[in-house]
Amino acid sequence: MIKTVASIELPVNETLEIRKNVIQPEHLTGEEKRFCIVTGTHGDELEGQYVCYELNRRIQEQRRHLKGIVEIYPALNPLGIDTITRAFPVVDVDMNRIFPGTEDGSVAELLAGKITEDLAGADLCIDIHASNIYIREIPQVRLNESTSNNLLEYAKYLNTEFVWVHPAATVLESTLAHTMNMLGVPTLVVEMGVGMRITEKFCFQLVDGIFCLMKKLGIWDGDVLTPKEPIISLGGEVGLVNAEKPGLFVSHVKHRHDIRKGEVIGEIVNPLKGTVEETLYAPCDGLIFTLRAYPMVETGALIARILERRQS
Amino acid sequence: MRRELIFSMKNTYRDDFRVYGYHFGRSGSKAACIVGNMRGNEVQQLYIGSLLVKMLREIEMHGGIVGDNEILVIPSVNYPAVNVGKHFWPTDNTDLNRLFPGNPTGETTSRLTAGIFEKVKGYGYGIQFGSLSMAGDYVPHVRMMETGYHNPGLANLFGLPYVVIRKPTPYDTATLNYNWQMNGTNAFSIHTAATDQIDEESARQAASSVLRFLTRMGIIRYHSHNGYIASVIREEDLTSVKTDQAGFFRRAVNPGEEVARGDLMATIIEPGTGEILSQIMAPTDGIVFFAHSQPLVMERAIIFKVIRRLHS
Repeated sequence: MIKTVASIELPVNETLEIRKNVIQPEHLTGEEKRFCIVTGTHGDELEGQYVCYELNRRIQEQRRHLKGIVEIYPALNPLGIDTITRAFPVVDVDMNRIFPGTEDGSVAELLAGKITEDLAGADLCIDIHASNIYIREIPQVRLNESTSNNLLEYAKYLNTEFVWVHPAATVLESTLAHTMNMLGVPTLVVEMGVGMRITEKFCFQLVDGIFCLMKKLGIWDGDVLTPKEPIISLGGEVGLVNAEKPGLFVSHVKHRHDIRKGEVIGEIVNPLKGTVEETLYAPCDGLIFTLRAYPMVETGALIARILERRQS
Repeated sequence: MRRELIFSMKNTYRDDFRVYGYHFGRSGSKAACIVGNMRGNEVQQLYIGSLLVKMLREIEMHGGIVGDNEILVIPSVNYPAVNVGKHFWPTDNTDLNRLFPGNPTGETTSRLTAGIFEKVKGYGYGIQFGSLSMAGDYVPHVRMMETGYHNPGLANLFGLPYVVIRKPTPYDTATLNYNWQMNGTNAFSIHTAATDQIDEESARQAASSVLRFLTRMGIIRYHSHNGYIASVIREEDLTSVKTDQAGFFRRAVNPGEEVARGDLMATIIEPGTGEILSQIMAPTDGIVFFAHSQPLVMERAIIFKVIRRLHS
């Protein structure tokens, strides 16, 4: 059942609507748990779109196994998705920095407030992100250390190789995930893939994980696979590689592959001069979980993140 | 006057990025630092910065810098965005004014803000010409964040008509103003009537207000009009006036004007038929502080902010 979460008239002949699909079991008992999948806060992140489709498809194919209520919100920033814009268009506001929103605020804050209101009371929420157009990520759960104690147990079911518990930052308190966690809705953030593209294998991997988590919560009683045992990182085990020169980054490695300390990750070249400006090396042994996807780089641009092998 | 290269970064094709600052007075006591545009649409802010450099140069030539006080003016930080008509940093669309204090080994824009912050910190007073996320026309005012270190009494010395105190949101903690305050600098943001166009009158008013402040703090000698004794208002006390319809926006009142409850403030017109959809009346007596300036408007957008029960 498609429901409208928020609706605003645009100036000329158009209504902005944020919608969700509410999928209920064939027989309601009134005791069902409510499980929410949200994505599309950033209009240039599309991996969550395919996850929503696939989740929808599989649930509807085996509806008899559904024992709880699943609500799919594929586009929290529909104007952003339809205009290939990361922020909320017109006002250029990052939707994931204005939660919990407010009825009295700007249009973007008003919409954030409606989304918060609608998600309130859910038993669990997953917020799917897809990095940005510059960086490719392996499927990973990101948890703020201030809320990780309650969420780690759920994160392990999501079938990702990696759970990254990052330090609390005040600026992140205005995200959807932090807001919902503070309101008592356990909310997990998943990052995977790259902006403006879909990575089918990552989407399938996460959908498998979502079914595992749904089974753990008693929302699904069909067969599920055994989720991957994730590496849990507290941040200190991550090696960062940044560009020290501008130019065109040419990768010599594959994303999601292991690398040895001192191996070449890639080169930054200058097309005008025909010179190699910088050769980038792995700072440690480990898994390349983040790799530059957009080749033009400025000084400081993130090239790679490596999860040190000693964690595994 | 001494020109200093504050921060530089090589580029692949564009000219190298070079932020310059202008020092006035002896290199002694770091008295005041003034920063102009941080976003690409802040043309007015850049213009005020240039006015100040010109005026301070003349003051310095006439021996008007008191004692060993030193003043630093950086008219433009994000000029790469100005030159190509972008709002934020032109390559990755990050907002520099949400990246302070920065990280010297972090990503590109974080290195940039770290480099800038290293040069602008340690001054007794920090003044930034800023813009607000809600685009439109404002009455000239001084804005301060309520950090516990803020001092509204000092803000009054600019002689602008209003001082606005804002409770910082989590997202505000990464602004220059907030980080200045956390580092012991008395920080103020000056907002004028324009952003993406030059408003000569309010630009001169803003530049004069800074010189008035510097005079009153004993940093320079400069004879100017005493300005206003400001009304100090809290942002949350401003009354928001919202549209109930979307369409053409025809404004009936301007910032600084007094309205009585029930006065016509704006008319919303249906874009297809030209029919009047709505007339927006003043919900309270007061002075218009902010007015929407675009010809079109969404439903439920904030079109005015009114200082309640204040008379001109």
